Amino acid sequence: MNTIADRNKDIAAAAAKLGKSTYNDSAYKKVPTERKLRQQESPKLATLEEAVRKSGLKDGMTISFHHHFRGGDKVVNMVVDKLAEMGFKDLHLAASSLSDVHAPLITHIKNGVITRISTSGLRGELAKEISHGLMKEPVVFRSHGGRGSAIATGDLHIDVAFLGAPSSDPLGNACGYSRSENAKSICGSLGYALPDARYADKVVIITDDLVPYPNTPNSISERDVDFVVVADSVGDSSKISSGAIRDTKNPRDILLAQQAAKVIINSGYFKDGFSIQTGSGGASLAAVKFLRESMIEKGIVADFALGGITAHMVKLHEEGLIKRLIDVQSFDKVAAESLKSNPMHKEVSANEYASADEPGSAVHYLDIVILSALEVDVNFNVNVLVGSDGIIRGAIGGHPDTAADSALSIIVCPLLRGRIPCVVDEVTTLITPGSSVDVIVTEYGIAVNPGRPELAETLKAAGLNIVDIHDLKNRAAATIGAADPLPFGDKVVGVVMNRDGSVMDVIRNIEE
Amino acid sequence: MDRLRRTMMFVPGNNPAMMQDAYIYHPDSIMLDLEDSVSMAEKDAARLLVYNALKTIDYGNTEMVVRINPLSTPYGKKDIEAVVKAGVHVIRMPKTETAEEVVEVEREIERVEKELGCVGRTQIMAAIESALGICNAYAIATASKRMMGIALGAEDYCANLKTQRSKGGDELRLARETIVVAARAAGIAALDTVYSNLNDMETFRAEVEFIKTLGFDGKSIINPRQIEVVNEVFAPTQKEIDKALTIIAAIKEAEKKGSGVIAVNGKMVDRPVVIRAERTIELAKASGILKEEDIK
Repeated sequence: MNTIADRNKDIAAAAAKLGKSTYNDSAYKKVPTERKLRQQESPKLATLEEAVRKSGLKDGMTISFHHHFRGGDKVVNMVVDKLAEMGFKDLHLAASSLSDVHAPLITHIKNGVITRISTSGLRGELAKEISHGLMKEPVVFRSHGGRGSAIATGDLHIDVAFLGAPSSDPLGNACGYSRSENAKSICGSLGYALPDARYADKVVIITDDLVPYPNTPNSISERDVDFVVVADSVGDSSKISSGAIRDTKNPRDILLAQQAAKVIINSGYFKDGFSIQTGSGGASLAAVKFLRESMIEKGIVADFALGGITAHMVKLHEEGLIKRLIDVQSFDKVAAESLKSNPMHKEVSANEYASADEPGSAVHYLDIVILSALEVDVNFNVNVLVGSDGIIRGAIGGHPDTAADSALSIIVCPLLRGRIPCVVDEVTTLITPGSSVDVIVTEYGIAVNPGRPELAETLKAAGLNIVDIHDLKNRAAATIGAADPLPFGDKVVGVVMNRDGSVMDVIRNIEE
Repeated sequence: MDRLRRTMMFVPGNNPAMMQDAYIYHPDSIMLDLEDSVSMAEKDAARLLVYNALKTIDYGNTEMVVRINPLSTPYGKKDIEAVVKAGVHVIRMPKTETAEEVVEVEREIERVEKELGCVGRTQIMAAIESALGICNAYAIATASKRMMGIALGAEDYCANLKTQRSKGGDELRLARETIVVAARAAGIAALDTVYSNLNDMETFRAEVEFIKTLGFDGKSIINPRQIEVVNEVFAPTQKEIDKALTIIAAIKEAEKKGSGVIAVNGKMVDRPVVIRAERTIELAKASGILKEEDIK
């Protein structure tokens, strides 16, 4: 006979051989609850305080955040306020970036809740205080690609990630937008949150729109999520872009944009199938406008546009001038909506975007990037982090990543900003090494890195005003005169990491 | 061959940032203004700024013009003294109505130039902004050998005529034609008035095309965004350039042969044709259509 009773001996033997127990049917209990109702009993749903308790967070650990809401972010302040209230101390705050809106952290630094910070950038009051020496430990600055690598390799180990999401289901399938009628916020790509979701020990999704399972398509998978917390609001979407996208009327921006566009068009890289990344500044956006005209005229179509995606890029994509959009961060609502509805608009993680050690990162396949700068120097080094007053006032972003890995990197930077010279002998802080910078476009002429003589020749032959970078520096100095040296102290308030994990520069405190 | 004056960009003399940036847009002439764009309370400060801008900023080979306050005001003389000392190329007189006013300004310029030992360095241009000025246009244009050009100032002119500016510019027709004719008769430049609606580039372009047809050398502009339009309108066509190049080549050929007579395709070429060809070549070079090495 071959009944189950007959096979019991063999079952027991097989289990023993596999080191497993035998099946016990009495342990199973059918749950007849309507499945829609069952979602509400998801073990992951928690209040913020419960989630923190259950996460096992302890003093001295590392917490992380993303900055997809930019100036409209509400998660960092909400969570850190709660952690302070719960009595946590000595925490390491590792955000993908911080901005003006995070000034309340100053209090939490003073009372010892936050003792270390890692970020891509700092702005506003917080940046000012830190520049003046607020913290004992220096802030660690990384590029977006560098942060992705550091998290993946364990250089930056995250204990608990608190990730704001405009929608999540009770299991933690989360998105940078919501398809429900109750949608309160939208930020588009969650690219900078993806390494945190994947590598953090515990992941807490904070959402202002809890939607029914399954919240697909999703950015963050339930597999990576431990807790789901519902909040009134995770961010103010209107503050994602610093303003509505509009064509700049600033004549200097238009001039710089025209020059940058001419560099691209005549560089030899502007051909069918090229790829491009631009920033969101006035000159960058205006350059896209000029490129668009030339693409239409010459019948050129780009394979992809990368990076922070803007309404301008979406427009070109919809017109058929750019085949794919690769989006690590949506710079405005139009881009965020496009990501939601268009499968050719692809979301990528920081690692897939810009990490040096990720063979498939998009920057490796990037032809042209247009970048801005606070300062450049005669060796083509670029500073995008520390102002000419010695105060931190920006973010590294993907600057060094895209400059290093693109075939052609173009920095658009006015020579003179009022009384501030922007081409100098030596940048205040080294962020992007000159070896990765090809062209600097100013209103007084275009400087080409001496390491690219063929490019200089090509551009000169096309009638562009190619000048020696030293002449630009001298012109700025002659117009403005020499500034007094900045009153730096000897305390290190910031450490700048290269994207490969080495230390590239330090920022000293500035005295009053 | 006189220099190109397609664009004369107005820059307020009390705005250091704009004075510093004006050069980067490469207008043919930059006019720093001490008159209407500067309030009474700022006249002295602006004069000092303009003086220092002329002394310290490298404007390359841009023609530098300063619009002074009339000599009938307490500022006119001081303005002349400061800008002549600073080495300005051209002093622009506002609201010029008679030749005598030009003579007076010339006298002041000469006084300062004598002190400096550079008599004759500074040129004059006059803006004509009234019916009386239009009636005296030729007298004004020939009042001094320093005269570089005359320009129309349409706003004051229209107020004086008891009318206002219209889209087609019918009310300016006589003034414009008079200025071109007076300037040409005097052998100096003719510059048209400003167009201030930056949101209507189409009407602006039409106006530039119109004044080019009338014979003006160029236009006064108030924003760098207008430069490209003016330069496009004034850029010669390829056909015009080819013709000009043929004529210039014929001249060179004739010079080589020592022949006084120039002929192209068997036809005699006279002086005005040569002048026009030279101007076409200059415009083509300035527009970037033609390079120096193309002209051999």
